[in-house]
Parts: sequence; structure tokens; C-alpha cells
Amino acid sequence: MIVPWGETRLVQGNEAVALGAIAAGIDFFAGYPITPSTEIAELLAQYMPLLDKKWIQMEDEIASVSALIGGRLAGSKSMTATSGPGFSLMQEGLGYACMTEVPIVVVNVMRGGPSTGLPTQAAQGDVMQARWGTHGDHPVIALAPCDVRECFELTIRAFNLSEIFRTPVILLPDEIIGHMRERIVFPRKEDVHVVPMSVPDVPVEWYEHYHESTSNVSPMASFGSGYRYHVTGLMHDVHGFPTRKKDEVQAKMDRLKHKITRRLDELEDVRMHDVEESSVVIFAYGSVYRSALAAQAILKKKRKTVGIFRPVTLWPFPDRTVKEMLDSKDVVLVPELNQGQLIHEVERMTRDSVRVVPLHRIDGYEITPEEIVDAVLEVT
Amino acid sequence: MSATIPYEYKYLRAKKRFPHVWCPGCGIGIVMGSIIRAVDAMGWEKDDIVMVSGIGCTSRMPVYVDFNTLHATHGRGLAFGTGVKMANPDLNVMAVMGDGDSLAIGGNHIIHAARRNIDITAVIVNNNNYGMTGGQFSPTTPPGAKTSTTPYGMIEPGFDVCRLMDGAGASFVARGTVYHVTELDNMILKAFMKKGFSVVEALAPCPTNFGRANRLGGPVEMMKLLKDNTINISQLKTMKPDETKDKIVRGIFVDRDSISYGDRYLALCEKAKKTAEAKK
Repeated sequence: MIVPWGETRLVQGNEAVALGAIAAGIDFFAGYPITPSTEIAELLAQYMPLLDKKWIQMEDEIASVSALIGGRLAGSKSMTATSGPGFSLMQEGLGYACMTEVPIVVVNVMRGGPSTGLPTQAAQGDVMQARWGTHGDHPVIALAPCDVRECFELTIRAFNLSEIFRTPVILLPDEIIGHMRERIVFPRKEDVHVVPMSVPDVPVEWYEHYHESTSNVSPMASFGSGYRYHVTGLMHDVHGFPTRKKDEVQAKMDRLKHKITRRLDELEDVRMHDVEESSVVIFAYGSVYRSALAAQAILKKKRKTVGIFRPVTLWPFPDRTVKEMLDSKDVVLVPELNQGQLIHEVERMTRDSVRVVPLHRIDGYEITPEEIVDAVLEVT
Repeated sequence: MSATIPYEYKYLRAKKRFPHVWCPGCGIGIVMGSIIRAVDAMGWEKDDIVMVSGIGCTSRMPVYVDFNTLHATHGRGLAFGTGVKMANPDLNVMAVMGDGDSLAIGGNHIIHAARRNIDITAVIVNNNNYGMTGGQFSPTTPPGAKTSTTPYGMIEPGFDVCRLMDGAGASFVARGTVYHVTELDNMILKAFMKKGFSVVEALAPCPTNFGRANRLGGPVEMMKLLKDNTINISQLKTMKPDETKDKIVRGIFVDRDSISYGDRYLALCEKAKKTAEAKK
């Protein structure tokens, strides 16, 4: 038994991602070595042959994400793990998976950039690349864990969401989360919900590879299952064949958007501490959230109450909840390991009377609780 | 099915997808015919076949054939195909690509597919240029040839596809032309039968772009060039060296037995399980 169901263990974040993938029923991993994500590939290289699952190291990241899409079309739940430079190369395949509605999971353990940057140090610089990195209008789902237990849970959720929405899902731990070790209690197997790969039940001649409505997805047949269909990155009709008919193009683009935006309730995941009673709120995710929690405790001793708002699902951004919860605050402090990415989304959803204050750190090191405390005291 | 309809139609998405995009005189349709005849000879079920491709004229082929078809991104057909074959080794996977798709943007993928010896058949239609984008030079454009991006003549040497694939480790390597169709049918059939990575390079004319830029004549003249400028490998023994030095050689250059990646992976799983068992 590879996943220590129900047991307590000291586990690394990347290790928890690998175990989460096993728990979610990963059938196929294709990847290319890159710091700080390598433990995920290494551990799966060890585990997957024991389970008769397929693992391969490809010649680069473009090949890796391409192999994933082929693997999923042939009926294997597929995942890769990478970091910034590799994530850039994977944008081509991510766009293809969005367009062709193939569920895959891409883990990007974020390191300092741009370019080769700081391979062994943390950053949250790829948040916008996750959203807009591939060309064209496209939907995306991205999740950011803040601890080791979440690395396990959100990897499973990433697989589940990719199957439910037939779209690639990106997991965005930062290097601190990927490399830290924590004692975690694994859930019992029966308590974990795993979404199986969907299987069409219509007669072969009725099969439509893409849903005819503008907001739903249909079960995806696998190659070799008797449903023959065409897959192309060209704009296509419901059968997958290329089209330039404006009605069909419009319907396809609408579905890519609406299949996400009309089911936000299933995607949104926000955690809040003392937000309602506080006029000052810290908006933080990933490793920065941990410092925010510590800062909140320090401030409490100084008799200062601050709230914490944490998006777990970064994309789609929790527009409605941010508006509802933060639009009446005096100050929203947004500490990020970048030069300001999600802060613009917070600004977009709050009126001018809310002071949205940035706190950046881009030297490869963590934002400390003290830095957050100082920033809060400065603005209040 | 009526006896007057060629059996090839059984394998085409005839009602939905025609007319095709290829120009008059293009060789890609002939290669598609060869692939279909070889598939028929193999007796494969259409459900069990996956045809992958990249981007370009040749890579439009999957839309016309009634298999599981995957028109991937530029150059990545073999990477997609590797995922398909790994996920379901029972599927018969073939990749169709042009010279630019397979050797320029997809060059990394094809050498590693050959090195791994993944059980896929790659059919490379070599028409010496990028046809779809208007006739730019490719890695197989001959030195001196004119294309839309070599208005003063090509200064780069070209790839010899077959020698490249031999060196990279493919199990089966052959070169044919769309003029010598029976020979090409046979090469593709043998490639399908081969376990491991097999490659067939099919020389084909592009009268619209390459032919026009180099004043090689129309479709008929370009077909005649394939006939006159190539020799079968068996003729190397009977012809004098000065008669053969400017000819392109057709034939099967590599046909070796080596264990495919899929079989080696299955053996790895068994080894891993035994090792884990022994540790207990």
C-alpha cells in the first residue's frame, strides 16, 4: 500500500502531491526533470511500476504535456509536474488541452523567475501565467495549496475537477510548500472522493465528442472504446471536425467559457478567518498565508484584530466573495511573492474607498510574519 | 457495399469530410491510399487504430480516415502518440507528418521516439518544403533550391531522413516515393508489422509551391522526376557508381529486431514488483 491511508506521517509537500496523484487514480505520468518539482517525478517513478501504471521521462516539457493529452485520450488519468521554465514550454499543450477539452493535471512548483531565475527558491510569479500563459481566450482552473496536507487533498481535487469540467487543472504550490515537511494525518480511503473517468453510454452513432449546449461537457470516450472521433486544435464542431461556421465557432467558445463560469459554486474555495469582524484584512495564498496566520496571532497580542482571506482556488478568481466580503473594508493588505499579480484582481473587485495595499518580496525568500505585522501597523 | 466502390472507401470518412484540402498533383493522397491498403492487409479493426499527426498539409490526413484520429500541435504528433501507446498498448498507433513537422519543429521528438523504440509507425511525407504556409524551406530542401524563404537558393544542407533514423535507433527504416506505389504499400505494410519504432519516408511532389518555385513542371513532370531521379537499393549492385551518384535510393535500409519500449516497460514493472516483494 503506497498511500498510508488513515496513518500519521512526516511528509514533504512534493511527496504529498505524488501520493495524492496515486490516491486520485493516476494512470500515466510524463515529465521532464526540473527543480524544485523533481521529487514528484522521482517518487512516481518508484511507485507507479508497482501498480502497473505508466511512467515516462520525455525529452522535454512540450513532449511531456503532449504525451499527457494522448494518454488521457487513450483512457489514462494523466499528470505532470514542472516549474516555471518548464511551465512556459507547456503552455502550447495546455492550450491544446483547453481547446480539445481533455482533462489533465499540471503541477507547477513555483520558483523564482523570470527565465532560469532562482531554481531553488520560492516565488508566486506564475499566477498570471497560469491564467493567461497560453494564447487565445481560454478557461483555466488553478489551485494553490498552503500546506502539505493540502498538497495531498488538492492534487486529488485537481484530478476530480479536470474530469468534471473536461479541462486542464493547474496545481500551484510555491517552492516553500513543495519542499517543506509536516506531520500530516492521511484521511481514510473511504473518506476520499475520487471522480472516475466519464464513459459515454449513448450508441456509437449518436456520440458527440463535445456537448451541444453552450455550458455543459459530455462524457469523453477513450480511443479504442469503439467510439471513433476526431480531435484537433483547430476550431471544431461537436464531432470534433474543423469548422469556420460562425454559429459553431461561437457555440464552442461560449461553452469553453460557460462550462466554468456557470458552475463557479463547485469551483470556488475560499477560507476566511475573522474577516467579518475586521476592518483590516490580509489577502494571502500559498506559503504567504502561513505567515499571515502567524502575523494575525502576533497582532492579536497587540490587541489588533485583522482578518485573513485565502483563496484556495485562484482561477477562476472568487469575484463574488471578494466583493461581498472585502468591498466594505478599510484596508486589504495583499502580500505576494511577486511584484503584484492577484492584487489587481482584488482591486478590480473592490471600490476606491478600500485601500488595497501591496507587500512584495521577490528576493527568493519568504514573507515573514514580522513583515506583515509591520505592514499592517503602518497602514492602520 | 457495392462492388464498384473501391474498398478504400471503407476506411474514409467519405460523407462528412470531403473534398480534401490538398492541391491538384499533391502526393499526400497517394500516401493515404498506401496507408489504407496496408491497414486493410493487416486486418486491423478501425476502432483499434489511432492516427496522430502534427501540423501541415500531411498532418491534415487524420480528418479523412475513419480511425481514432488526433490532429495535434506542430511537431508533437509522436509525443501525443507516445502517450496514446503508453496508455493503451493494444492500440495500433501511426503518425503521419511532413518533413518540416517531423524534422524541424518535431526533430527532438522523432529522434527520441526512435531511440526509445516506441511501437509506433511514422510515415513522413517529404515534399521538400512547407506547403501549407506557402512554400518555405524545410530541413529537406535540397541545397540551391528556391523556396519563398530562399529566394537566392538554399544554403543549408538537408537531412537524410533514413540515415538520421538509423542512427537514432529505429527498428525499421525505408524510403519510397508516391510514384512507386506498390513498393510504398509494401514498405508501410512491413513497417506496420514491425514491433518497435518504424519509419517510412515517402517522397512526394508539391507542384503548387516547390515545383513552381524551381520550375520543375506540373504534377506529371514532377512524378516523372520521382521515377527518373530515384533507384531501388538493389540497383546499386548492378549499376555503375557514376550512374548512381546523383540518384536518391529507395528501399528498406534498416530492419532489425529489438525490444520495443512498451515491452521493456512491462518487464520493468515485473522487476519493480519482485524487488518490492523481496524487501518485505
